[in-house]
Amino acid sequence: MPDTSKIVSVKDAVAAIRSGDRIMVGSFGNAGYPENLVETMTASDLKDLTIISNDLGSPGIGLGKFLANGQIKALIGNYYNWNPDVARAYNAGEIDVCLVPQGSFAEAIRAAGVGIAAFFTPTAAGTVLGKDKETRDFNGRPHVLEHAIHADVALIKAYKADELGNLVYYKTARNFNPLMAMAATLTIAEVDDIVPVGSLDPECVVTPHLFVNMIIKKGEK
Amino acid sequence: MKEIVPGDIARARIARRIASEFMGRDRTMIINLGVGIPTMVANFIRSDRIFIQAENGMMGVGPKAAEGEADSRLINAGREPVTETPGCSYFDSAASFGMIRGGHVDATVIGAFEVDQTGNIANWIIPNGRQLGVGGAMDLVSGAKQVVVAMRHNGSDGRPKLVKACSLPITGFHEADFVITELGVFRFIEGVLTLQEIAPEIDLTRLTELTEAPFVAAADIKVMDS
Repeated sequence: MPDTSKIVSVKDAVAAIRSGDRIMVGSFGNAGYPENLVETMTASDLKDLTIISNDLGSPGIGLGKFLANGQIKALIGNYYNWNPDVARAYNAGEIDVCLVPQGSFAEAIRAAGVGIAAFFTPTAAGTVLGKDKETRDFNGRPHVLEHAIHADVALIKAYKADELGNLVYYKTARNFNPLMAMAATLTIAEVDDIVPVGSLDPECVVTPHLFVNMIIKKGEK
Repeated sequence: MKEIVPGDIARARIARRIASEFMGRDRTMIINLGVGIPTMVANFIRSDRIFIQAENGMMGVGPKAAEGEADSRLINAGREPVTETPGCSYFDSAASFGMIRGGHVDATVIGAFEVDQTGNIANWIIPNGRQLGVGGAMDLVSGAKQVVVAMRHNGSDGRPKLVKACSLPITGFHEADFVITELGVFRFIEGVLTLQEIAPEIDLTRLTELTEAPFVAAADIKVMDS
């Protein structure tokens, strides 16, 4: 019998999250975000969260609900123009926002997951977003030092998990999810389906089960 | 001010000209398209050797999804539902930007607020307090092998967008290779902004008045397709 102890209720999964946590959430413009986890969290009294994500959905939609609910202390990400409430809250001094260029953001999350403390990249060298970062020339070109981005919790959306937590994804809903799955102390994966061990093609597994701590099902309490 | 070329025609002309630039190269091209006019470039590409990469993790982006066939989890970087092409693939965002930063993407087509005479590009923010986002703009201009700027020649207030020096925050320094507007095709040749084609509606004197950045006209200057 395979060990199925990673499969939990959404309530139990969210109970493992603390106010003040740094939380990564997979998604790109509402594609590939863990809806059940986000809904349950926005119905909880969790607060002072640092949300690490590409964007923050739309006003009151998707990850935008965290902001509408006043649960956010800070954001680390790269594109908030789809949710103008972010600029409004930032200008009013209600939240901190740290912008990292999308490719550097993705690589910094990957770096955290694979044990790289920091890396040099040409992206943003000399710009406003590179100005407080250590700069060094490589091959005659300026590069900035980007530090790894780690989180307490990663909330992942995958298409299917097997009972061990091997994950496969769906089209462009993959985005940051496999990176974030590696970069947090606790990784919770929300999936459309949980299938028996052995039924996923090993050649197609994107996230091997060692990166996943809890599995919950979409749409189930 | 009356527009020399009306908006819809201008946008289609720019997109079509960029598509023909890529098709004319007669080799496999991997291209990345930004939002706005750049996205329209796909409508004019007729080639099975040009592949569109979307930075949210897709290689081989097809046409926009028809109404009723949209899949909210199959989108381009502008959040539009798109379709697959045969041989397409999906990957995570680090692999996607690895392709871009690693110099594996032949060209990126981007919009811009301003491009200056040294090829500096400003396209990520107008600091008016209403925007807060950079997306992949900085990664794309610094990583893609070629940067093609697709933009209207002048702003809606008539102000030139090809300027002496960018006044807005810079996205990337000396990164522009081509600037294609409805009034001309410009190319940076050894750092010199060079006009290669001019729109049929205007002459060089008028174009110079509408352009703040100094430029030279190529010896073999052509008339742009209308």
